[in-house]
Amino acid sequence: METKAIDFPRPERDAINSPYWEALERGELTYQSCVSCGHHWLPARSECPDCLSDNWRWERASGGAKLISWVVYHMAYHPAFEERLPYAVAIVELDEGPRLISNVVGSADLESLVIDQRLVLVIEEEHGVAIPRFKPIS
Amino acid sequence: MRGQVVVAGIGNTAFGKLPGRSTLSLNIEAIRKALADARVEKSMIDGLFVKFPTSKFEMMYGQKLAEAMGIVPRIGGVWDQGGASNISMMGYAAMAIQAGQCEVAVVCLADNPATGTRQAYEKAWGDDSVFGWFGTPASYAMIARRHMGEFGTTSDQLGAIAIACRKHGANNPNAQLRKPLTLEQYRASRLIAAPLRRDDCCLVSDGAAAVVLMSAARARSLGVEKPVPILGFGQGQTSWEVAQRQDLTSTAAEVSAKTAFAMAGIEPKDIDVAQIYDCFTIAALMTLEAYGFCAKGKGGQFVQDGQIEIGGVLPINTSGGLLSETGMPGLQLVLEGVRQMRGESVNQVRGARKCVVSNQGGIMHTHSTLVLGSE
Repeated sequence: METKAIDFPRPERDAINSPYWEALERGELTYQSCVSCGHHWLPARSECPDCLSDNWRWERASGGAKLISWVVYHMAYHPAFEERLPYAVAIVELDEGPRLISNVVGSADLESLVIDQRLVLVIEEEHGVAIPRFKPIS
Repeated sequence: MRGQVVVAGIGNTAFGKLPGRSTLSLNIEAIRKALADARVEKSMIDGLFVKFPTSKFEMMYGQKLAEAMGIVPRIGGVWDQGGASNISMMGYAAMAIQAGQCEVAVVCLADNPATGTRQAYEKAWGDDSVFGWFGTPASYAMIARRHMGEFGTTSDQLGAIAIACRKHGANNPNAQLRKPLTLEQYRASRLIAAPLRRDDCCLVSDGAAAVVLMSAARARSLGVEKPVPILGFGQGQTSWEVAQRQDLTSTAAEVSAKTAFAMAGIEPKDIDVAQIYDCFTIAALMTLEAYGFCAKGKGGQFVQDGQIEIGGVLPINTSGGLLSETGMPGLQLVLEGVRQMRGESVNQVRGARKCVVSNQGGIMHTHSTLVLGSE
């Protein structure tokens, strides 16, 4: 995706989420996995939202996922996204369970996607940010 | 508690653009009118329950309002559940009255995002902004798309909700947008975040509303002319952000309505008219399903063919709702429910004896339900 360099939003890194963004820079999408109860989740949190334990670790996702839902923006809420209209933002569920907001890319007709269809991870670098996006598997 | 507490008075400002008015000023105008409607002196208010202005966060806002009104309530404060706060606070006020914590309670809301500030809406969108994920309409659009995919709900069916609200609002002299909408116009309405269009989204409005609550016995002794009994209320909280919500097409509206209907001792079929929170068309459609007016997934069919318009099986949003009367988050729906039970609505449902009102906040994060009766 090409975009204006102006004010492209950057993730706010902190002690909890830094490993997530660093892994993406290495080409890996990771999620948190609870050592106590086995629950998997994103985005980064300090405690397991299932059993409340603080004993968790980062694990690497396979990259397989499915499309829970998606929207197609026809109006830009931020100047950095004006030139890419229309673009798709999706809720994606990783095969390992965690859900995240992402983009669906590599589809000519964004209205022809279907819920629950298979997707695969593609990490794209934009303005120095490694961004986990997904493309449909036909 | 069924019927033990009544709405004794209602009041509201004009809706739309009200430049130069602070939310304190708007609240006071609505409360002044509600007190006059109930024929109650301000000195009798000993409970003040305030929805913080959605347009701006302010500390101790309830105390600022009490000071501006020159009153010293025994109980009250500011509640944050987004748009669900109004009916939630009415429930707390009713319980406070029954528990002897206060006798006359005011519940109110004022907002000025149209000409004042939208400070509270201008939140950071967090790390997901790298995906271009911004704005409230897109979150509702995610839910709408999933509903369409699971149940075959169509854009035209969402449009039927906007058309009904706009039709009712056109007949309401105090509505901000008095312009009926045709299906053709709806289809031509510009896409914001597909599948949602401009006409699926509520208005942005300045304005205020207030209600006065007291016990039914107190209303009788004061000679309140048109008390409207509160038959039931309930709440529910979905809480998860849209991306984390395991089932996008189910919400806590269901448990909220169950609680309220159980308290009222009624079923959905007993309801004659409904005021359903319509910040976005999909929210109203899913609330109708969750309340049991139709089966889950059948909301699209339920709202078609004028069935939710005056003369239909369940008229909704008879003053225009958030899509036509005012985008103010929710208390105006309670006021219209009260007018229906008094027989005073501009779109009166003949013989209506039970009205349900829904309020919700966030992206269907919070929900509250009110059942009103006629005397």
